[in-house]
Amino acid sequence: MRLFGFKRTFLAAALALGLAFAIAAPQAAMAQQTPADEAALLQQLKGGPVTGRVSIPDAKSGVLIQPQGRDWRQVSQGTVKSVGGWLLAITVIALAAFMAIRGRIKVEHGMSGRTIERFKGIERFAHWLTAICFVILGLSGLNVSFGRSLLLPIMSPEAFTAMSAFGKLAHNFLSFPFVLGVFLMAVLWIRHNIFNAIDMEWFRQGGGLLQKGVHPPAGKFNGGQKIIFWLVVLGALALAVSGYILMFPFYGTDIAGMQLAQLVHAIAGIVMVAVILAHIYIGSIGMEGAFDAMGSGQVDVNWAREHHSLWVKDVTARGAGDD
Amino acid sequence: MARMKFLCDSERCIECNACVTACKNENEVPWGINRRRVVTLNDGAKGERSISMACMHCEDAPCMAVCPVDCFYKTEEGVVLHSKDLCIGCGYCFYACPFGAPQYPQVGNFGSRGKMDKCTFCAGGPEADNTKEEYAKYGANRLAEGKLPLCAEMCSTKALLAGDGDVIAQIYKERVSRRGYGSGAWGWATAYKTGA
Repeated sequence: MRLFGFKRTFLAAALALGLAFAIAAPQAAMAQQTPADEAALLQQLKGGPVTGRVSIPDAKSGVLIQPQGRDWRQVSQGTVKSVGGWLLAITVIALAAFMAIRGRIKVEHGMSGRTIERFKGIERFAHWLTAICFVILGLSGLNVSFGRSLLLPIMSPEAFTAMSAFGKLAHNFLSFPFVLGVFLMAVLWIRHNIFNAIDMEWFRQGGGLLQKGVHPPAGKFNGGQKIIFWLVVLGALALAVSGYILMFPFYGTDIAGMQLAQLVHAIAGIVMVAVILAHIYIGSIGMEGAFDAMGSGQVDVNWAREHHSLWVKDVTARGAGDD
Repeated sequence: MARMKFLCDSERCIECNACVTACKNENEVPWGINRRRVVTLNDGAKGERSISMACMHCEDAPCMAVCPVDCFYKTEEGVVLHSKDLCIGCGYCFYACPFGAPQYPQVGNFGSRGKMDKCTFCAGGPEADNTKEEYAKYGANRLAEGKLPLCAEMCSTKALLAGDGDVIAQIYKERVSRRGYGSGAWGWATAYKTGA
């Protein structure tokens, strides 16, 4: 009897176990279908990264698959490069066309021979510190974006790498004096760069750029220069924030943050190169007498009266800077 | 010629990390870099799976496409390799790679990246096969010796397979049909135009 009792218990247990398996089996199958299956998981995450736990100390390697890398490739190598390349090409063509049609903007009343101080030493220092850094940063940055297509075919791979590696070093280190230069310019000039009604009139007259003999009144900086000022300050801010994120990988960011930073950096960089090309043109070959402002700091009085009439009045009224 | 691929059968991977260790040892991988890693999904929960992941040697390799100095190349066997002499350590391949394969030793100032390092499918680099120079930069070149990558060769449960893509896909398919289930060949849909 005892044996029978045991048998019965065993049978019941086996039955119960079998039943449990029968119930558990479809559940297990369902569990496998949802998160543990790659295709389903990728679909569920909607292009987000597949992350898990790793037992090695490198926690960031817990990202198993990051499909957004393909989107980054598409945008940075496709859209940004083609649109950015065209933007730069159009800028150069537009400047050449402007030079061909408008010619060099002359001082209408001729050089007087008398000068007035436009920029002090510290102002010129801030400008040229920024300018020299920007030229090298811009060229080394453009090399990363366009060098493989434009320079590598005409250089040996070793020479191209040597140049690019030096460019990377220069790009990293010169970011610091560049930021310092922009900071100095911002502090020195921000009070002269607040937009006002005079600028609206300046814009209405096209800054006098389009017609000879038109000289809308302007203070220390005209409307166009104020736009350059704000583009430089805000552009440099965007470049510095995104650049330092890239320079210090995984400091407070993840891979998605770095991908975004790279796109911001590339777009801001290309736009700034286009803007500064126009700035360089009008400050050098585009206008007679303009370079002196940042060169010697002393500008001709006639040039100053034509382009910054209100500033000349202001300076002479204070009795400073004349001759 | 065989088209080399890795395949990790996550139903078999027991997260022993022997592949990670074998890779580090065989290739003298630089400090702080793991060419292969095991990631556990749903850790401790229902549907837990571990997957051993390294460079998948993609068909249309994003690293190759985005490299600003064009330092990558592909062998006849489909293995994606790169030249550390040409690499400038910019980080672009890491942003583009879906599998987190490219890694950089931290050298010098800031978080500055050195020459990129990644899984070579135990196939060395551009230097002459099995030379000291090749070993110092890229690690072992087992393919040149007629051997497959060590991570897969010594996998105790044969979860990690390496070799001709068609052959290992066939092995995996047979396993799935015999078992009646499988969670997919992880990464294949992303790395190759035709999945497993």
